[in-house]
Amino acid sequence: MSIASDPMTGIPAAEVEDVELYHPHSWITKYVFSQDAKVIGIQYSLTATAIGLVALVLSWLMRLQLGFPGVFDFITPAEYYQFITMHGMIMVVYLLTALFLGGFGNYLIPLMVGARDMVFPYANMLSYWIYLLAVLILAASFFAPGGPTGAGWTLYPPQSILTGTPGGQDWGILLMLSSLMLFIIGFTMGGLNYVVTVLQARTRGMTLMRMPLTVWSIFTATVMALLAFPALFVSCVMLMLDRLLGTSFFMPALVEMGQRLNHEGGSPLLFQHLFWFFGHPEVYIVALPAFGIVSDLISTHARRNIFGYRQMVWAIIIIGALSFVVWAHHMYVSGMNPYFGFFFATTTLIIAVPTAIKVYNWLLTLWRGDIHLTIPMLFALAFIVTFVNGGLTGLFLGNVVVDVPLSDTMFVVAHFHMVMGVAPIFVIFGAIYHWYPKITGRMLNEAMGRFHFWVSFLGAYLIFFPMHYIGLLGVPRRYHEIGEAAFVPASAHDLNAFITVMALIVGFAQMVFLFNLAWSLRHGREAGPNPWNATTLEWQTPETPPGHGNWGKAMPVVYRWAYDYSVPGAARDFIPQNEPPRGPAG
Amino acid sequence: MPVAIALIAVAVGSILFHLLSPWWWTPIASNWTYIDDTLIVTFWITGVVFTAVVLFMSYCVLRFRHRPGHKAEHEPENKKLEWWLTIGTAVGVAAMLAPGLIVWQRFITVPPDATEIEIVGQQWQWSYRLPGRDGRLGTVNVRFVGPENPLGIDPADPSGQDDVIVEGGELQLPIGRPVHVRLRAVDVLHNFYVPEFRAKMDMVPGQVTSFWLTPTRTGTFEAICAELCGLGHAVMRARVVVAEPPDYEAWLEQQPTFVRRLAAAQ
Amino acid sequence: MNAIILYLAVVGCIAGWWLSRQRLMSKPWLEVGVPAEVTRGEVPGVPPVKLGLWVFMAVVGALITLFISAYLMRMHMADDWRSIPTPSMLWFNTGLLMLSSFSLYRAELDARIGWREGIAVGLAAGGLSALAFLAGQYLAWQQVMAEGFGVATNPSSSFFYLITAVHGLHLIGGLIVLGRTAYRTARGSPLAQLRLSTELCATYWHFLLLVWFALFALLLHG
Repeated sequence: MSIASDPMTGIPAAEVEDVELYHPHSWITKYVFSQDAKVIGIQYSLTATAIGLVALVLSWLMRLQLGFPGVFDFITPAEYYQFITMHGMIMVVYLLTALFLGGFGNYLIPLMVGARDMVFPYANMLSYWIYLLAVLILAASFFAPGGPTGAGWTLYPPQSILTGTPGGQDWGILLMLSSLMLFIIGFTMGGLNYVVTVLQARTRGMTLMRMPLTVWSIFTATVMALLAFPALFVSCVMLMLDRLLGTSFFMPALVEMGQRLNHEGGSPLLFQHLFWFFGHPEVYIVALPAFGIVSDLISTHARRNIFGYRQMVWAIIIIGALSFVVWAHHMYVSGMNPYFGFFFATTTLIIAVPTAIKVYNWLLTLWRGDIHLTIPMLFALAFIVTFVNGGLTGLFLGNVVVDVPLSDTMFVVAHFHMVMGVAPIFVIFGAIYHWYPKITGRMLNEAMGRFHFWVSFLGAYLIFFPMHYIGLLGVPRRYHEIGEAAFVPASAHDLNAFITVMALIVGFAQMVFLFNLAWSLRHGREAGPNPWNATTLEWQTPETPPGHGNWGKAMPVVYRWAYDYSVPGAARDFIPQNEPPRGPAG
Repeated sequence: MPVAIALIAVAVGSILFHLLSPWWWTPIASNWTYIDDTLIVTFWITGVVFTAVVLFMSYCVLRFRHRPGHKAEHEPENKKLEWWLTIGTAVGVAAMLAPGLIVWQRFITVPPDATEIEIVGQQWQWSYRLPGRDGRLGTVNVRFVGPENPLGIDPADPSGQDDVIVEGGELQLPIGRPVHVRLRAVDVLHNFYVPEFRAKMDMVPGQVTSFWLTPTRTGTFEAICAELCGLGHAVMRARVVVAEPPDYEAWLEQQPTFVRRLAAAQ
Repeated sequence: MNAIILYLAVVGCIAGWWLSRQRLMSKPWLEVGVPAEVTRGEVPGVPPVKLGLWVFMAVVGALITLFISAYLMRMHMADDWRSIPTPSMLWFNTGLLMLSSFSLYRAELDARIGWREGIAVGLAAGGLSALAFLAGQYLAWQQVMAEGFGVATNPSSSFFYLITAVHGLHLIGGLIVLGRTAYRTARGSPLAQLRLSTELCATYWHFLLLVWFALFALLLHG
């Protein structure tokens, strides 16, 4: 087919030879040691959900202690610190990162770009098994002598490897560091797959500017993760050496409990720089996939093209690049050179601009749309509310001098839970309601879904919005009990109790969600191949759920971008990406 | 419909909560009202944006929700609109950043007449060191830390002999006089935080950090630790008393100096 | 963190250059149809595994640069840094690694002209000299140890053991792949496959040689 008048002549199609597919021969190679990206994606998601549930339970225990101090005396300070540490690390790394990149990345990238599978299926399989090993080691630390580490998820030395911290001189910190290193190795194997698959295995006609924003964002986040995780790796290795071999990378000369230790001259700030050099990009590694996925949810369920597609792509790239030069905004009161504050406050607030553009474009996609208030759309709306709220409080904390009184208070806890806890989780929920029909062939139950949405949205907002004000009072984070303090009025304790009750209710709603996932597998309504009338390729597979190799005999050919919704003159309100153009040439 | 109402409820509820909540920062007791002012500016700008976004969403949900026969409008982009939104955002961001940076410049510029004092954190108590009559603090080193010399003052340094040492008790500060607070830690990270002062900074073992302030209100304030420092983090508290200068001098007289401590120990 | 920022700036420039050729300014909603017909095999595309190696090297580069950053920061942050005596062995080892890299370069050339014996000899020479390099590094450790610099004696020696170990581990990983390629050569695999494998090995070896130059220079600096 030649299109003489086509302006796109000359664009190299990214198609390469068909991947030589590995064909499984037994149940084990098909579902356990599977090399099929779809199965690996599901394995990643289930493992992440399982360990995420542990973190959820830990958050209940923490909230019980905070809301009703003294009542649950089985929660000692040591255990409280172990809970916050494990909760934080699991949620950020083992749940969110693994679910977005390992779960959604694996399932969606090959389908959305029209590939049969990832380009290195074997490495992809290893990636999952190493991730599982990392999760198991992490979970094992609950049963190790001394229990898991209680150093806070930031693992700041010196305290993280000293006796004053749970697990510091026991197994806890070592298991945590080994687990993280394994996670990074496993992730790198998967990450190479995602990047090269997007670059080299796109089907014919799938130019970069025709990719759905989901793929753009997961791709960018993966590139960032590949470059940022080494910083965590380096800090883990060096911290481990300080702990095991007595080196002094991070450990200065210090006197612990009257005892002079053998370290000399190390710099705790060096660790913080390395940690946040990973830690800040990490925030966007979680946020960008959420941005991308929510764009597709909004566009599909508002039956309108995503507004400003090009700006959305540019914003993803700019945010990805800028996020590498803002790390020290986590260190304004760390004692680093104060002049860094000027630079990092400026870069941090600049990053607000492309982020705001994305928000405007979501709003403008809703505007003049044809909004179907399906559950994915509801969660997308909830995402915008919580993300904007959390993003705006980020402007407080990013603005160096405003951060001084607020840093390390509950304000920070409320901020990051809103912006990188609740908001991305809402996108994950929306995405699951959206893609579950493709993955299983059945719809999730609507009534349970609505219950889940309303309780989660309003409940989570009621947990984290008031929490900012506890922080404004000056209540610090990481206190297992604030106790009697002159600046904390009695009413604040009531507010804490209220937050705890809300947290338990919201937690309960998640059980309903999990039940729904299991129940609908058998009892859900038959979905058909394309229940949402979506344009992107994954909805155009010959089989639902997609079979091995995704596309049957013929690879799809892409003729248009991913957002042809409500095109004037078209017969339906959507045109799939692989639908050939009408007219003389077609 | 319930969705639109819920969105309006979130916007209005948040504003009402903000206005009516009894939970607000503590009355300030230092010169850092600038920080509060910058915070207020930020609250205004972000509050307006949040309310506008959520209300606009609820308008869209009401006006453009799916009805039979209703069709979305195909509109890939609107460059002019995007430019205006970008410029507006940039202006709003600049309006928060500029005052923030100006105040930060003040925050890190210590006035030359500020008195130096030192606060030392260790698991899990605070100690203080105030210059004696010579007005100077002696040099320190972790090597010298011991039971009689918890802060590690160099016994050979003459300017350290008359340093006043307060271990685990309360700290007094004279009102109206700028104080340059040098911060040290003996073991792990700590952070000396008095909410009423607004200013704070981490203490890092192996280095000296600092901040400065001028107390502006007499009274007794609670100091807490604001950087996770192990099991006793939450109980690491102290009292700071801001006193009139005569009361302060009287208090200072009663505190032991380094030489006297050493003598008492022997 | 200057080193890593500089490194990312270089990576960013390459990414930016590539992106600038991807028509990011185009308006995809106006363009319907398939770009000019391309049949399979005509695409001058890079094999995925080759691209995968380059991405992997970028990641390893970031890892190494972060170690370099940490090294430089630790060196200048406190005044307890004592330089270790540079073991003379390291100069010899550098020569071995260069020899190894050169052998693989020869193997790659021989693969291009299809001379199987040449490939086998090149791979064997490359592998053996790489093993000799590792043994030499171990001797260098012994030398430093004998000078009284243990792992925890001074950050300079801690870093010495750490970064040489990291480099060595990456070389061992490469040797595993090299071994597989050698096995395939001996088994008489198709030439096209050998060509790609030797090329990838050679690329990775040159990369590790460059990394070693950087690390060696760093050790001399410290």
